[in-house]
Amino acid sequence: MDLMYLLELAINGAMSGLMYSLVAMGIVLIYKSSSVPNLAQGALTMVGAYVVLAFANGAGLPMWAAIPLAMLTMMGVGMGIERVALRRLAGRPIVMILMMTLGLDIFLRAVTLVVGGGTARPLDIGISNDPLFLGPLLLNRAYLVGAVVALGLFAVFVFFFRTRRGVVLRAIADDYMASWAVGISVERGVALSWALSSLVATAAGVLWGSIQGVDQSLSLLLLKGITVAVLGGMDSLGGAILAGIALGVIEAVASGVLDPLLGGGTRELVVALVLILTIMIRPHGLFGRHDIERL
Amino acid sequence: MLYRRAGIRHTDYASDRELFPIPADRIAILALLALALLAPLIFSSLTVSSYLTPWLVWVSATLGLNLIIGWAGQFHFGYAAVMGIGAYTTVHAYKAGLPWEIAAVLGGLMATVIGVLFAFAALRVKGLYLALSTLALQFVMDWVISHVPAISGGVSATLQAPAMSLLGQRIASDSGLYYVALGWALLVTLFMLNLRRTALGRALVAVREKDYAAAVIGVQAFRYKLVAFATSSFIGGVSGAMLIFCFYHAVTPEQFAVNVSIELLAMVIVGGLASIIGSWFGAAFILLAPSQIHAFIAWAAKLVGADIGIETLAHLPYAVYGGMIILFLLVEPMGLGKLYGNMRNYLMVWPFGYARK
Repeated sequence: MDLMYLLELAINGAMSGLMYSLVAMGIVLIYKSSSVPNLAQGALTMVGAYVVLAFANGAGLPMWAAIPLAMLTMMGVGMGIERVALRRLAGRPIVMILMMTLGLDIFLRAVTLVVGGGTARPLDIGISNDPLFLGPLLLNRAYLVGAVVALGLFAVFVFFFRTRRGVVLRAIADDYMASWAVGISVERGVALSWALSSLVATAAGVLWGSIQGVDQSLSLLLLKGITVAVLGGMDSLGGAILAGIALGVIEAVASGVLDPLLGGGTRELVVALVLILTIMIRPHGLFGRHDIERL
Repeated sequence: MLYRRAGIRHTDYASDRELFPIPADRIAILALLALALLAPLIFSSLTVSSYLTPWLVWVSATLGLNLIIGWAGQFHFGYAAVMGIGAYTTVHAYKAGLPWEIAAVLGGLMATVIGVLFAFAALRVKGLYLALSTLALQFVMDWVISHVPAISGGVSATLQAPAMSLLGQRIASDSGLYYVALGWALLVTLFMLNLRRTALGRALVAVREKDYAAAVIGVQAFRYKLVAFATSSFIGGVSGAMLIFCFYHAVTPEQFAVNVSIELLAMVIVGGLASIIGSWFGAAFILLAPSQIHAFIAWAAKLVGADIGIETLAHLPYAVYGGMIILFLLVEPMGLGKLYGNMRNYLMVWPFGYARK
């Protein structure tokens, strides 16, 4: 096991980790505004990819038009979910909310498969499969694009949270009762966060779909997304980015080293262990707020 | 006669604390028991082996999960893994030559040991973080079970379960397996019914409602959480063994994967948190709904002459199943058990509605 190989694994891992951050950012956006841990984020990612395909193949639009249109559609879907399913559960015990997002996950996945079909299909956004050479290192072009998009979206969010509407969202995240008292429409803010989260999910769906094809397995990104979100702190977008890089590197290097030893399939294991260790050692994550209830 | 509470006056504490203080309930229970005992004679062998037996096994598992979620208020997203541990342990112990009863208890004990591991997560965090850590433990268990050849016989291997024998009696017929499952489900139900009126049950409820408040009145949250996890893991482990020996007859890691945990959770939620009759309803609903919906849609499509693709037909029941969970949470968050309770309360005093307490 030479150092170059590990370095290559680490860099590609970091880039794919940034693509996990896309899923995690969606979870963080919703959790920040409404304290709803969205276990349907994986399903939203999958739906996003299917909607893009529907616009591109079904309606015959070019990719540059299909993706924004799909994003707009998904923003509507996200706001719809919030309005119909989650607004009425506000203030209920968390077991109900978790179960609701799980129910949404099952529902969205099944409906998408009913409408779109279950066989994997390619989603070509024009990234070539040739590796990119950086000195002696081989980099995956698709991961690189994904990492750039993740960082770009993060930058957009940083700016967005400085606009008037972004400040409103931050106020809701900080203390929704106080926001209510000063006349901020908390419902509208939460709906906006669902819309943004669905937008990010669509981006994640397109990028992952272009790498592994569009099928049900896209919804399995949930475990990685939620691990990144917890590791970064459930309410920190910057945390999600850094934790994504960290998880990507850990996952790639650990599974690169362990797979030959343990006979494969260690990726999920490493991710699950990172999640357990984070919760046991530092439940509020790297950058989360400290007010997590514990015994 | 109509007013079913008429003439019931409790003159001592024992009668006040009976499990079924109302005669109408006792008659109904006895009738249902008789029906359950006669079921293999009434229903076809196919109905018994493919609907009733798995339903009874899932009822016991749902009750075990309800103990931890409904009574003790702790999340458990990895219950299928606990069941899997019980199942694998029992199969291995039975194959090694132990009597079946001891093997099943051993499976339950092994599940308890591993289940207490889940509890250590519960002692540190709660709410969302507990849910996520048990979910992660489920993934770890899945991986360990499928990747350690000594447990599962290697990735994607199937381990045959030999026919069980109870008290030296070989049980292989469908009705025999049904009676075993029925016995276990009744035992767990009886345990849960009695749990409600013991100090342990009240302590668990106190921990669920607010753990500091429980601590203030002298209930050690720490200890009771451990007890709750251990008890429910034991029930889960034996139920896992029942599932294998009474229904699947062979054990593979996929039978205890994460989607099974979520299905069990759905059974608890649809049935109703901390509701025993609800667990019976919830298990029936989640277990039978997909296949019934599938059959109904196929039938309806044929009726109107619409051509639904096989793929669509395969996924549609899951859409309905997810939709049902959503609908239940929106309309009746306390589940089928609460619906039944409402109906019962109404009928109990019908037609003298004003007599309701």
